[in-house]
Amino acid sequence: MTQRMTNRFAKLAEENRPAFVTYFMGGDPNFETSVEIMKGLPAAGADVIELGMPFSDPMADGPSIQAAGLRALKQGQNLTRTFDMVRAFREHDEETPIVLMGYYNPIYQYGSEKFLDDAKEAGVDGMIIVDLPPEMDEELCIPALSRDLNFIRLATPTTDEKRLPKVLSNTSGFLYYVSINGITGAAAPKPEEVAKSVTHIKAKTDIPICVGFGVRTAEQAAVIGRAADGVVVGSAIVSTVAESLNGDQPTENTVSNTLELVASIAEGVRTARN
Amino acid sequence: MNVQSPNSFRMGPDEEGQFGIFGGRFVAETLMPNILELDEAYTKAKKDPEFLSELEYLNKHYTGRPSPLYFAERLTEHLGGAKVYFKRDELNHTGSHKINNCLGQILLAKRMGKKRIIAETGAGQHGVASATVAARFGYPCMVYMGAKDVHRQSPNVFRMKLLGAEIESVTAGAGTLKDAMNEALRDWVTNVEDTYYLIGTAAGPHPYPELVRDFQSVIGKETREQIQEAEGRLPDMLIASVGGGSNAIGLFHPFLDDESVQIVGVEAGGKGLDGDEHCASLTAGRPGVLHGNRTYLLQDAEGQIEEGASISAGLDYPGIGPEHSWLKDTGRVEYVPIMDTEALEAFQLLCRLEGIIPALEPSHALAEVVKRAPAMDKDQIIVMNLCGRGDKDVHTVAEALGIEV
Ligand SMILES: Cc1ncc(COP(=O)(O)O)c(C=O)c1O
Repeated sequence: MTQRMTNRFAKLAEENRPAFVTYFMGGDPNFETSVEIMKGLPAAGADVIELGMPFSDPMADGPSIQAAGLRALKQGQNLTRTFDMVRAFREHDEETPIVLMGYYNPIYQYGSEKFLDDAKEAGVDGMIIVDLPPEMDEELCIPALSRDLNFIRLATPTTDEKRLPKVLSNTSGFLYYVSINGITGAAAPKPEEVAKSVTHIKAKTDIPICVGFGVRTAEQAAVIGRAADGVVVGSAIVSTVAESLNGDQPTENTVSNTLELVASIAEGVRTARN
Repeated sequence: MNVQSPNSFRMGPDEEGQFGIFGGRFVAETLMPNILELDEAYTKAKKDPEFLSELEYLNKHYTGRPSPLYFAERLTEHLGGAKVYFKRDELNHTGSHKINNCLGQILLAKRMGKKRIIAETGAGQHGVASATVAARFGYPCMVYMGAKDVHRQSPNVFRMKLLGAEIESVTAGAGTLKDAMNEALRDWVTNVEDTYYLIGTAAGPHPYPELVRDFQSVIGKETREQIQEAEGRLPDMLIASVGGGSNAIGLFHPFLDDESVQIVGVEAGGKGLDGDEHCASLTAGRPGVLHGNRTYLLQDAEGQIEEGASISAGLDYPGIGPEHSWLKDTGRVEYVPIMDTEALEAFQLLCRLEGIIPALEPSHALAEVVKRAPAMDKDQIIVMNLCGRGDKDVHTVAEALGIEV
């Protein structure tokens, strides 16, 4: 684990509260606005930041994240700019862990080794690459771990007893438990089932377990946060950005609406164990 | 990129589902257990005499196999060179080679106890074949089809509906095959427990490229026997069109280790390779990762996938099956582009010379035959995969020729 990630989860454990992990799309609706959103996230209550890297064919994402990615690509978002965002953020915040989230092909084209070196240098802590299951660890996971970058794996309701050890191996930072079979922004998870799965996985590992997919409100976040070490919210944030736009252009409400939503869900996360 | 040529070209894929660096399993974790389950089911099925004999029975009595190997006498005369034979998979039930794969996969779905079939389609031929086998075996079937293709292949849309399938018109992206495949994958991730994804070409995550190839190899196996019978020897050249690559690999695979057989795959050159309106992933693309496998892709400098373009909906895909990528890099198979206009001309030529209306996809292969045959000796032999009939394309062709029907 990177020091930042270790420190953050240690501090949260001390405070006995779950992490609030916020996903947003880098470069949406444009570079400057998304940097502003990113810089505002910690004060609004985000404990860990997932920075989305747009891809033309996001096969595990629903309509809102797909659309956000296309807006970002249209504005020229790419990996170089993604790292620029991280650098800009790190000028003011040395503590909040940053996890890049996206698909493999843009990284493969950039060059896996160069991607990892540049990510490390910019101040990235880890990555979630949707289409790199454990079977493909040689591609990016192993080289990432050797640079002390976290490779955060997804576990899902289809991850059965037999498969779990494989998913847990080489996972670091935290485990992202996808609460439903489905794409981002789809159905809401069932809290009882999530709690059961989290307890089950916890028996097998010491790394924190964050739960996401389908969490949209403070209430849902509070319920999920009772069992999980962290709650991930993505589509709700991305949709709020989208709803604030005028055409594809940001408005004066884009940053404020987004951060207000984050703050309100953060409330829910913080009261989860009260 | 040139890699060392192996002892045999017919051994792939390896344990990891790779052909050299191509192939693999680049999918979301949700799908992994399912893909491993499929691999296990297929590994067992392909050794199970009952499975094989059921498939053989259906191939014969439902599809009408073996398809004829036809000597195109008038075309041969017209071109004045090599003897041209057609492997006539356009005579199959449902009108293309797609049924070969669908029958194999529906039997797998049945063995695996799945309850629902999903498929993607470009030209609609795979959609029709999927809807057909779903009807035959009593499964509900959902077909994802790009909105642009729904429009240009409308006769097939109605056929699918008649067969009881539901059609989801996909508007994302350019509304063609790539986008339909994304949507099918999203459905699969959501309904992974009970749904069987019936992929229509020799691409996607392992084991799909392997099993689709195996089910399509009936084309090449029959061809070997039939050409021996007709000519007492193997052909000098094989030519087939490549979209995702299933009809081509089906013809090629049984011949890969026969050095004397030259093999040519034909990609969609669209309006020409200079612009971005083509679908020549092997000729003009670079290796990348999409839809579960590493393969040649049309993409920009930053790895964003580009939309292909071709007059033929079935070739309109920015990727290609991974085995073809490997066959290109090893040099075993040569891949060339054919332009829309050349395919259109070949289409019309075949109608008039042989009384066969071909699909636009094999019309690309035919255009390559037209280029090559005249330069070859009269005792040389070309076998071309005539993998689909053109009923579905008559509106597209009329439009391209400026004729109102
Ligand atoms: C008649 C026909 N030929 C070829 C293709 C291209 O697919 P493949 O390359 O998998 O054979 C299609 C696809 O729809 C088709 O309908």
